[in-house]
Amino acid sequence: MRHVDEYRDPAAVRAVVRRIHETVTRPWTLMEVCGGQTHSILKFGLDELLPSQVRLVHGPGCPVCVTPLELIDRAIAIASRPDVIFCSFGDMLRVPGSRDDLLRVKARGGEVRIVYSPLDALRLARQSPDRRVVFFAVGFETTAPANAMAVHRAAKEGLTNFSVLVAHVLVPPALEALLSCEDAQIQGLLAPGHVCAVTGYADYEPVAEKHSIPVVVTGFEPLDLLRGVLAAVTQLERGEARVENQYPRAVVREGNQAALAMIADVFVVSDRSWRGLGQIPKSGYALAPAYAAFDAEKVFDVSSVSAKEPEECRAGLVLQGRLRPTDCPEFGVRCTPEHPLGATMVSTEGACAAYFHYRTGPRATAAAS
Amino acid sequence: MCLAVPGKVVDIEGEGLLRMGRVDFSGVQRQACLAYVPEVEVGDFVLVHVGFAISRIDEEAARETLAALAELGALEQELDPGGGA
Repeated sequence: MRHVDEYRDPAAVRAVVRRIHETVTRPWTLMEVCGGQTHSILKFGLDELLPSQVRLVHGPGCPVCVTPLELIDRAIAIASRPDVIFCSFGDMLRVPGSRDDLLRVKARGGEVRIVYSPLDALRLARQSPDRRVVFFAVGFETTAPANAMAVHRAAKEGLTNFSVLVAHVLVPPALEALLSCEDAQIQGLLAPGHVCAVTGYADYEPVAEKHSIPVVVTGFEPLDLLRGVLAAVTQLERGEARVENQYPRAVVREGNQAALAMIADVFVVSDRSWRGLGQIPKSGYALAPAYAAFDAEKVFDVSSVSAKEPEECRAGLVLQGRLRPTDCPEFGVRCTPEHPLGATMVSTEGACAAYFHYRTGPRATAAAS
Repeated sequence: MCLAVPGKVVDIEGEGLLRMGRVDFSGVQRQACLAYVPEVEVGDFVLVHVGFAISRIDEEAARETLAALAELGALEQELDPGGGA
């Protein structure tokens, strides 16, 4: 596939790895922010090619993983109603709520559907005027333009049976929260390339400056990730700390203006609670007042549903890069993708799922043999 | 969930916020919303995320990246003609 295969070339991988080995003289800890990057790193074994001084820790960039239990419970409450068709990306269905998950709601006869795009949910609303269609709008900045468009079109068409349960979160405030911890050990960041395709990277410049940390906008293919690592360690070895774009084929500094304009129309920045990180000011989106009629939390009056995060799951530490999934005592024992204790073991971007699939699970065994 | 896949735009219809198009991903074609990439023309590559093109692939930037990688690769050949890392 063009714009994919070129970035998996073994000779070029060897060359960049050699350059990284030549550059590094001291120990450095880097965080790749996006869960998609974590999965690429483990799938291709990139961490095992790096010098032992370079440690990669995995960041909070998995929207399914950071969605608080409370919102999962609210989703379950809405999806359980007989008049509702509840639409979600597939990842969300098996994330455990306090007592249930969306898949069990579906098994009991609830109308829960997996969709590829929020526009599929919108189509369903047009086709089912006697039902109320709710879309679980989960995601980072990458997904916000798509979800904003669905709401915008629904308003324009005057659809009254469509609403969204918003769980949108933003990357820079989460990084700010992680780096502001007194014992933060992260020295370089691989910033999420597809988030930056939408937002650009100007918002990361104050982060790099305030925390004296290199921030490298990085893609998802093996050579993209290795070039990101090389750029970060090169800056660190030279004592530099700036934002650098290693994904210029997809990202420009100012981002996607048309997408940002739609986000600004439909959403307002709001405080958000993150699973594992707690409440972070101005770290997400809520619907703008003009679109309040499409807010499923208001439409179905579920804001009183509250929940306490379970203590047995240590996903919070994993999402902060403080605990390697395989160091959790429940990993692969009481917590597996079939019976997850938390979202990081379910999501296709969750760090625990990545370690399970590529380092201990059946695929790892198949690859090893 | 931030997975975005590059594909080639094979046709475009509608305009403004209703601009849609077919995008070819190595033989598999899907509809995508092209409203956020107004500059895109048939034949361009775009990054598609949940049914929306979020970015046009900049061919010039891609060429520069690949040229830099080719240069490193050539250097690697000189240093280690037998391969293996």
